[in-house]
Amino acid sequence: MERATLRRRLSWGLARVVDVVDETAHARTLRLDPPDWQGHLAGQHVDVRLTAEDGYQAQRSYSIASAPEDEHVELTVERLDDGEVSPYLTGELRPGDDLELRGPIGGYFVWQETLGGPLLLVAGGSGVVPLRAMLRHHRAVGSAVPARLLYSARTHDDVIYRAELEGFDTVVTLTREQWSGHTGRVGRELLEEVGWPPAERPLVYVCGPTGFVEGVADALVALGHDANRIRTERFGPT
Amino acid sequence: MSPVSRGFSGRRRDDAEASRIPPGQYVTPDFPVLSAGPTPHHSIEFWSFDIRGEVDEPKSWTWEQFTALPSETVTVDIHCVTKWSKLDTTWKGVSLDTLLDGVDTSAEYVLAFSDGGYTTNLPLEDIIEGKAWVAYEYGGEPLDPEHGGPARLLVPHLYFWKSAKWVRGLELRQDDKPGFWEGYGYHNYGDPWKEQRYAGD
Repeated sequence: MERATLRRRLSWGLARVVDVVDETAHARTLRLDPPDWQGHLAGQHVDVRLTAEDGYQAQRSYSIASAPEDEHVELTVERLDDGEVSPYLTGELRPGDDLELRGPIGGYFVWQETLGGPLLLVAGGSGVVPLRAMLRHHRAVGSAVPARLLYSARTHDDVIYRAELEGFDTVVTLTREQWSGHTGRVGRELLEEVGWPPAERPLVYVCGPTGFVEGVADALVALGHDANRIRTERFGPT
Repeated sequence: MSPVSRGFSGRRRDDAEASRIPPGQYVTPDFPVLSAGPTPHHSIEFWSFDIRGEVDEPKSWTWEQFTALPSETVTVDIHCVTKWSKLDTTWKGVSLDTLLDGVDTSAEYVLAFSDGGYTTNLPLEDIIEGKAWVAYEYGGEPLDPEHGGPARLLVPHLYFWKSAKWVRGLELRQDDKPGFWEGYGYHNYGDPWKEQRYAGD
């Protein structure tokens, strides 16, 4: 039937802010209740639209932090002090407000159990957000696929979802603080130590700032990983 | 009609540039990078640009031949579907009119293909008559690999995912075959002024 191939149009809708949770000094999770949410895949994002009193609008994209199985749709937003939208979302917005959004969007940087693994997730800074959705989804479906997160943050206090991630197979490296664990950037050595060998053909998701993603993806390819098994998402300074 | 976001004032632009910014976009001085996978790094001696598909005679250029073709330098605004726009970007490259000169075809669409397997589809009429280039310099410098070097498609009147990075050729087609992002729910055409971001927009 031809009709079945038609795609559902992504329309804007209002999501009630149920709760806000400060994850770090710079990142806040917005717990949302979007009516008529059709569900999402772990790794997808939404578009958020803000409207000023004179009708001026601003739009941005944010990764979904929650698993499809979670009760609410969560976004974790990192505040950029010179940003236009993130200071509002992390400072002004409060429970009871409505937030206009549409989604879910994106179909490549997603993980579903049928894609298999082993699953290597590599995060730089707030790039951990869509990867956390994948970890939660992985647990919610009781997946037997081996999954591991390698997470690069500046300091301990910058680690988003710190307490939660302790319950997953997580390796943290800190780039601006000395501690008993790994320090320094994610390069070939750490990827070789923490990741699966190329022969096991891990499925790799890398998310973070451009320089981070470029460096990690290049190192993975140099180690012999198949470029087609490496999916990337870059976070611009928005 | 969108409801007012309580407490949001925003950073509107009232200058002359405002009319150059499509709906839902904001201007950035940076040049963000968006790619679905690792940046390919291949030796230029194996590079070629090919025109194939619905053509009487396929065409192919080596890097040396390609960069010896007449080039144009253009300054254009670019608009990414992820909301950023960048004004007055300057590129040097070969016009698609030059590459398609003498090509006899009944095709109405093209599928651009790239190193790494990326593809994107466009109507043929959107890449002719001075609307598209294969660019190999940005801002007077060789195009960085992370921005699509050695060469990328440049189709500034459509969202920038249509300007395929690491482009290696065009397949001319009678039918319209969705490319990579078009197959993942992004709009088939992608006009930023009509805000055609996703399928159905």
